[in-house]
Amino acid sequence: MECYFDHVATTPLRPEVLNAMMPYFREEFGNPLSIYPLGTTAREAVESAREQVAALINAKNAEIIFTSSGAEANNFALRGIAFARQHEGKHIIVTRMEHHSILNSARFLEKMGFTATYLPPDKYGLIDPEAVKKAIIDETILISVIDASPEVGTIEPIREIAAIARERNITLHTDAVASVGNIPVDVKELGVDLLSMSAHQFNGPKGAGALYLREGQRIIPLIFGGIQEGGRRAGTENVSAIVGMGRAAEISKAELPLRVENIRQLRDRLIKDIMKIEDVHFTGHPEKRLPGHASFCVEYIEGEGMLLMLAAKGIYVASGSACTSKALKSSPVLLSMGIPTHVAHGSVVFTLGADNTEEQIEYALEEFPRIIKRLRELSPFAKGWGDMEEGGTCIPKK
Amino acid sequence: MKKVRFVEHITPDVTTDIVYMMCPMHLLKLDEMMGKLKSGQILELLTDYDGALEDIPAWCENTGNEFIGVDEADDYFKFYIRKTGS
Repeated sequence: MECYFDHVATTPLRPEVLNAMMPYFREEFGNPLSIYPLGTTAREAVESAREQVAALINAKNAEIIFTSSGAEANNFALRGIAFARQHEGKHIIVTRMEHHSILNSARFLEKMGFTATYLPPDKYGLIDPEAVKKAIIDETILISVIDASPEVGTIEPIREIAAIARERNITLHTDAVASVGNIPVDVKELGVDLLSMSAHQFNGPKGAGALYLREGQRIIPLIFGGIQEGGRRAGTENVSAIVGMGRAAEISKAELPLRVENIRQLRDRLIKDIMKIEDVHFTGHPEKRLPGHASFCVEYIEGEGMLLMLAAKGIYVASGSACTSKALKSSPVLLSMGIPTHVAHGSVVFTLGADNTEEQIEYALEEFPRIIKRLRELSPFAKGWGDMEEGGTCIPKK
Repeated sequence: MKKVRFVEHITPDVTTDIVYMMCPMHLLKLDEMMGKLKSGQILELLTDYDGALEDIPAWCENTGNEFIGVDEADDYFKFYIRKTGS
């Protein structure tokens, strides 16, 4: 049996989405800026997709800027706002829960003469709005807080942070790549000025993302050139991908309430049974979390081995962020939540989607404990962490 | 180059802010916004693109709209254009 439980990495493209995209690879190949019918058809398709994406997050059409990815949207937001407002101050606030596209943009801004505060989360991965308030100085121009963590599933109190930002006339951005299409996201309710999203997180194509930019908010483009996206993001539009993003947004909006409920039930079953395994820790917030997200740290074994053995059984999961997995580093997000390095190495993340079934959950629940048992038999830490624990004291296995 | 006329305290009917947007957005936005205005109404266009100092008066002359003048803010210009005709 094959079980894809890595929907935070990417989601399968829906057949209806592919069908909507196909004409724009073939006969409708026009450039949206061309004034003859091939061009105007492409232009209309892009504008129709803009309307569908705007509707998903309750934005106005003109507030949607298409990008190539969520990472581009994040880079655009941070650099575009920081440089646009630098005459008012040069301090930004981000959190330790952020994706690398935010953290590395913040580091780049530091090299450009800005200062940045990196706020730590609590043990559930939650950012305290009061901590945001305390970090604000007169020079603060921008705050960026992730909407929901792809690593631990925690949903942040964006609305409360937005109220604080608004009071101090500070621009607020949220990276909603993991949340848009998976939970209801309403930019007006959240009160954010900017929001990043990515199509392949909600059964759309890769290569399509968007930045919501509240009407009236100034931004400096990341890519200069032509007049695409109202002069805010140059480059000939990836029409087929944008059309796919629009169709995926429309489907997501229609199916979201039912999908959320089904996925939540499967996830809760998964969590309940995995937590029966000895020395497994749940990560993230127990309630304020993405509906399809179940994340754990399994003690005394190493995450990559666990992932490979699960993959050999047809069960595809993640160990945290893709970048962390490739670099074989402990997740900075888990470490910032106070999880020790050696425990963080046993991180495993199951993210469910609309295509998952109860049978798949049952199969995973049969195989997962066996794999943990086998790996622990092979582990040099089978009897405990030994001097891996802080202070070098020998901590026996509980 | 058309002579730039500096003005102060103009009350516009509509404002459009394209600060940080590059050429030719000032002309495209101007054309789009003037299409939405009624005859006699005033558009205020905010831009930091200095080429607009030449382009906007010329655009007004070509299209028959009235270029009222330009005002300077800290780091951008405020252009005032009155729509004439229908």
